[in-house]
Amino acid sequence: MPHILLKSAQVNTVKKLASSIADEVQQFVSRHSSVSVERTVLRLYGVDGVDSSGTPLPNAIVDRWCANGEMGGGISRPFIKAMLKSGKDAQQTARLIEEGKIGFDKLGDLSQETVRKKEKSRARQAIARLDSSRKRKAEKIRKIPLPVQPWRYLIVATGNIHEDVIQARSAVYAGSDIIAVIRSTAQSLLDYVPYGFTTEGVGGTYATQANFKIMREALDEASKEHGRYIRQVNYASGLCMAEIAACAAFEDLDILLNDSMYGILFRDINMKRTFIDQYFSRLICARAKILINTGEDNYLTTSDAIEDAHTVTASQLINEAMAKKAKLTDDLLGLGHAFEINPAIENAFLYELAHAQLARELFPKAPLKYMPPTKYKSTDIFFSHCMDTMFNLSSVTTGQGIHLAGILTEALHTPLMQDRFKSLSSINYIFNIARSLGDEIEFKKDGFITKRARQVLDETEKSLEEINDIGLMEAISQGRFANIQRPLDGGRGLDGVFEKGADYSNPVMDLLEKD
Amino acid sequence: MSKDLIKPYGDTLDDGIVQLSFTLPVENGPKAKKAAEIYVGKLNFEDIHVVHAQKIADNFTCFIVYARAVPTIDYSAVKVKVAKFEHIDFYQINDLIKKKIGRPISLVGATIGSDAHTVGIDAIMNMKGFKQDYGLERYPQIKAYNLGAQVSCETLIKKALEVKADAILVSQTVTQKESHINNFTELIERLAADDLKEKFVLLAGGHKINNELAVKLGYDAGFGPGTVPSQVASFLITSILQKKGK
Repeated sequence: MPHILLKSAQVNTVKKLASSIADEVQQFVSRHSSVSVERTVLRLYGVDGVDSSGTPLPNAIVDRWCANGEMGGGISRPFIKAMLKSGKDAQQTARLIEEGKIGFDKLGDLSQETVRKKEKSRARQAIARLDSSRKRKAEKIRKIPLPVQPWRYLIVATGNIHEDVIQARSAVYAGSDIIAVIRSTAQSLLDYVPYGFTTEGVGGTYATQANFKIMREALDEASKEHGRYIRQVNYASGLCMAEIAACAAFEDLDILLNDSMYGILFRDINMKRTFIDQYFSRLICARAKILINTGEDNYLTTSDAIEDAHTVTASQLINEAMAKKAKLTDDLLGLGHAFEINPAIENAFLYELAHAQLARELFPKAPLKYMPPTKYKSTDIFFSHCMDTMFNLSSVTTGQGIHLAGILTEALHTPLMQDRFKSLSSINYIFNIARSLGDEIEFKKDGFITKRARQVLDETEKSLEEINDIGLMEAISQGRFANIQRPLDGGRGLDGVFEKGADYSNPVMDLLEKD
Repeated sequence: MSKDLIKPYGDTLDDGIVQLSFTLPVENGPKAKKAAEIYVGKLNFEDIHVVHAQKIADNFTCFIVYARAVPTIDYSAVKVKVAKFEHIDFYQINDLIKKKIGRPISLVGATIGSDAHTVGIDAIMNMKGFKQDYGLERYPQIKAYNLGAQVSCETLIKKALEVKADAILVSQTVTQKESHINNFTELIERLAADDLKEKFVLLAGGHKINNELAVKLGYDAGFGPGTVPSQVASFLITSILQKKGK
């Protein structure tokens, strides 16, 4: 790969600043939990399905528990007590609670020791379930190898999971390595995970455990057929980050969009809520080896890709630091960035190379997620195809990890099957003819690209210092990212946040943090 | 009026050359190519050349076809409704507001319904603007309130009343299952129900929107892809002045 000589002292400085920023957020996170974290505990204990009115059982149970008023202790202990009382498994116990046959207020006097023991053993089983997903995936990849990077990432979004399968198969045939099923519009704002397979969505298909399973089976078949392991992606950002991570782990998903910053800025999710949810979600991802993708690329859709390039880098560094606190390793960090510079600017491609190379060198082991042009995508599909081709060249030259396919018609409509094929044809062509270009070129020591990368890093350092002084939450309130201001107590989901009591119990989280 | 007959131009006047690209749900092969040729024939094209046929998935083949179109149309008889305004620049617009209205104009914008895309409304409203054309937030004489995405019609109308808006801008990006039409219509119906429709200049934007469609849906104008903020501002000022009879 080509190199830009970054000052290693400066790299250390920015990483330290990011870590200090993440520390402050983590202190807040450690003192709080949320309804969706608690619902995740129930899911990990084995609660699934819906009640008679169609409400997911984890919601129904947590709602009853909340109504009880004493939330500080967490759902684990009272639910385990109910299990001991019923003598049934988690699912049957949840049914009994939902039917009103067991109440949280009448659990009687079980010895603390008995409850704690049962909690621990239930938590260990939950962890074992995450471990077995990780092992199953490793075994699949041992048999069917992963393709070389950049991995070609394609989105399907028909609304109907069965139709998605047809689209996904055609994308794999055309060369795709990763299939993402984009969610139905605004699912990120739902405070529950829909249940069962679904055939009606707008702008995408609902993320449900059943839909995950249907796509995973199809992709397993496609992997065998084409001799390369096809990774499956879904989206966790929103009000159910940890629950979706659990469902994704159960069904052996490989990648989740998992980014609070994105939720706060672009979906107006309350920042306290989503930082809390993100932490548990990422702990689950780390354990099940689900690669996370972050959404920094989106910043450049609202702010300028040259002027504000440093906000992307700063956010990547902060996201890396927060991910490490949740035990995610470098190989699981799909930090986001994008090719979004105005195509009319002279030397725009040089800027793009500088930005892409900077990300590559700051996170050398991370499978960076690189997004195609969207903001300046033209309805002139022929011109758009040219833009995507240059994006493909930048990606392979700078050795990006996860390459989102840019599609010539994306400024027009949900891409047609033939549009995806054309997109992949260009990617295959460019990746093949320029495969080793990056190994052959060096950037001039004081040339345009090197200077530009250093400038962005300087601006990043300055920006991180300021954020470190005021704290990340305040920085977001001030609109430091994407030119969007989000107040501390604004947005969706704050009512689901509560402070942990001295007796708070979440043995799954304890085990995930310990090992 | 004399007729002005036209048809597509390839490299010679009236050669009628058209390029087509489409997919048929069949395996590639001589039969598939023949089917494509027959199909294009049914569309009333002549001199059909299926120049490219490619398997793009099991049981799907994509074609590129060149053919000659037969019909002509009378260009002099073509009528189109475009939003009537003179496109003036940032400085002229601010000047005009100052001189003719004497107070800053106020407007609210949002992406309504479940649509989560802010790209359209941001291109027009954000300070930075689009294609080197400043966004409406940058205009000293415009108070622009961008409410972002997934805003309900109620919230949007409430805000418009609260800030005494002269205009409401709505954007829609998701068009699957005609959701944009439904959302655009819902806003108009709500405004009409509250007798507020005449109170605001109403603008619709999005990549599947053109002026004709927007006017049909009950908006004052519609702006499609490639629109820059100063075009929207020019229309606004023209339209506000018209309403005031100035």
